[in-house]
Amino acid sequence: MDICVCIKRYPSLGSAIMLTDDGMAIDTDKLGFTLSPHEECAVEAAVQLKEEHGGTVTLISMGPEGVEEQIREQFAIGADRAIWIRSDSTDIDPQAAAKAIGDAIEADETAFDLILLGSESADNANAQTGVRLAHRLGRPVATAIKGMTIADGVATCERAVGTMREVYRVRLPAVVTVKDGLNIPRYPSVPGRIKARKKPIDEVTGDLDAPSIQLMGLTAPIRESKGAQDLGAGDEAADALVDVMKQIGVLS
Amino acid sequence: MILVYADHDRGELDPLALQVVSAARGLDADVHALIVGPNAEKCVDDLASAGVRTVHHGTNAAIDDYTPRANANAVITVMDRLEPRAVLAAGTPRGSEVLAHVASIKDLPLVTECSEIALTGSGTAEVTRARWGGNLLERSEVSADVLLATVQAHAFAVSEDAGDAQVEAFEVPVTDADLEVSIVERTGAAETGVGLAEAKVVISGGRGMDGPEAFGMLEELADILGGAVGCSRVVTAAGWRPHAEQVGQTGTKVAPDLYIAFGISGATQHIAGCKSAKTLIAVNTDGQAPIMTHADYAVVDNLHTLLPVLIEKARAAQGA
Ligand SMILES: Cc1cc2nc3c(=O)[nH]c(=O)nc-3n(C[C@H](O)[C@H](O)[C@H](O)COP(=O)(O)OP(=O)(O)OC[C@H]3O[C@@H](n4cnc5c(N)ncnc54)[C@H](O)[C@@H]3O)c2cc1C
Ligand SMILES: Cc1cc2nc3c(=O)[nH]c(=O)nc-3n(C[C@H](O)[C@H](O)[C@H](O)COP(=O)(O)OP(=O)(O)OC[C@H]3O[C@@H](n4cnc5c(N)ncnc54)[C@H](O)[C@@H]3O)c2cc1C
Repeated sequence: MDICVCIKRYPSLGSAIMLTDDGMAIDTDKLGFTLSPHEECAVEAAVQLKEEHGGTVTLISMGPEGVEEQIREQFAIGADRAIWIRSDSTDIDPQAAAKAIGDAIEADETAFDLILLGSESADNANAQTGVRLAHRLGRPVATAIKGMTIADGVATCERAVGTMREVYRVRLPAVVTVKDGLNIPRYPSVPGRIKARKKPIDEVTGDLDAPSIQLMGLTAPIRESKGAQDLGAGDEAADALVDVMKQIGVLS
Repeated sequence: MILVYADHDRGELDPLALQVVSAARGLDADVHALIVGPNAEKCVDDLASAGVRTVHHGTNAAIDDYTPRANANAVITVMDRLEPRAVLAAGTPRGSEVLAHVASIKDLPLVTECSEIALTGSGTAEVTRARWGGNLLERSEVSADVLLATVQAHAFAVSEDAGDAQVEAFEVPVTDADLEVSIVERTGAAETGVGLAEAKVVISGGRGMDGPEAFGMLEELADILGGAVGCSRVVTAAGWRPHAEQVGQTGTKVAPDLYIAFGISGATQHIAGCKSAKTLIAVNTDGQAPIMTHADYAVVDNLHTLLPVLIEKARAAQGA
């Protein structure tokens, strides 16, 4: 089974979000980068499927330089190769992104049985790239999936809704967008990291349409410290906590 | 005219649909709603009570449960006939899925999780939408003849406007490919953590719990307070607790009366899930942990020694 996973890199935010002076982007000067849990689960699922059914795992990412770091991390857990659609533009809307990713998938010599994406990206979260890609490639799609098994060319996909799960069946080749909780992503092993250095990244250039969504500005809602009341420690704190619980009516 | 895609599950209207109607009425008094499939007619009265005067009901003998692409076809049928200025849906997996199909087929932009929407001219709109799980707000301008947008939960209050709605039934055009993906089955709670989203009290643990064992104490405390247990992603990634209990951007968003964070540092992605708590208590050995800036009450102490004492005292208080 040949699987393709779409990943994107995101700044590691930590505890506060700093914006650039013009308020048009996150100031990433002092930040590291990471993947989203949704996409980590997508790669883990692909590697597990490869282990079970054989085949290959290809990563695809569109964006500026730097994403190699995240690609190598995922090589270390078992992905085989990557396609990097180089683009320095931050003016990519999901319509343009899905088209460029679709072009790259079509141009690739591998006919992917399964294409996995996150259900929504960690930053923009427009929750649509997977569906657009499916239409672009003429394939069925299931979205926001938290459980998946594959047998006889059919992906049985579960979506969590409250305490229930809705089950969808999707015939391969297909597109599936997944959520954190699909599995527990493994940590890279030392041999994995060594192999990762040699795995190939093919660089391609994307043909980007003009965006129909234009960013006007970002704001980080001001979060002034609530000025937490210090309840002390030990027995004294436990008594104070019980008082607070009574006061707000959760303990009678 | 504004069209609202109103989702329902086997005849039970998604309560968020009424908030979407409210958002739509803020743009134009003339709001139509669209419902699809069998049993959907049960939703008409609720939609009418929120001010919808025309409900389009799409059916097809081949549609017997939620079928994303068929629902998208239904939206497109009404769009093509009545040319609404905007089509809105709830920011749920189904709402964004159906509109994403519509957007793909009609090659239109789609903006999700909007908390403010303004139609600024013919073919332009300005929206405010959530990024990073609500930790950042984006203002964007969208160029499209028909604005497709999903609405963030609880951003618009339901406004009542009693009256009747006229129902216009129509046949939804579908091909075999449109019917391929639909709900084939529902299974019960596959995980624990039931009711976390609605719980009045959430007792959460993070890396400071040092392993799955100490969560027994959180369960005890949650039991006494009639609450649910939550956790951070470090905890689910280590396999200490199931993902259904994860609070945060890629977990569950909670809005309890009381949230207690034991050994959680307060990363933005965790705060995204608990910032709506009425009262937040942080228990952490580090008085400088970022969670402290979100807390109403702070206990700077080791959770492992505090919890047994707290449980005993809470139980005694409950008995008294
Ligand atoms: C107003 C605006 C501002 C933007 N600003 C930035 C910016 O500052 N920095 C920046 O890097 N991008 C920026 N972009 C581009 C944007 O983040 C996406 O790459 C693209 O628009 C997809 O939208 P989304 O993230 O909402 O996708 P969603 O549909 O929410 O993403 C779902 C999944 O699609 C896949 N996916 C999405 N994008 C990519 C990608 N580029 N490569 C591989 N897989 C992908 C991932 O698996 C992801 O989990 C901006 C776009 C817009 C419209
Ligand atoms: C895109 C994205 C999405 C994410 N989504 C989520 C999400 O949904 N939910 C989520 O939680 N995280 C999420 N994360 C991860 C997040 O960034 C943090 O890594 C995570 O929340 C940290 O968990 P923690 O607070 O338990 O651990 P840490 O940050 O390691 O904090 C542990 C805390 O415990 C305290 N402590 C240690 N020992 C004790 C003790 N004995 N007694 C008391 N206190 C003690 C420490 O002082 C410290 O403050 C996401 C990350 C990304 C990039």
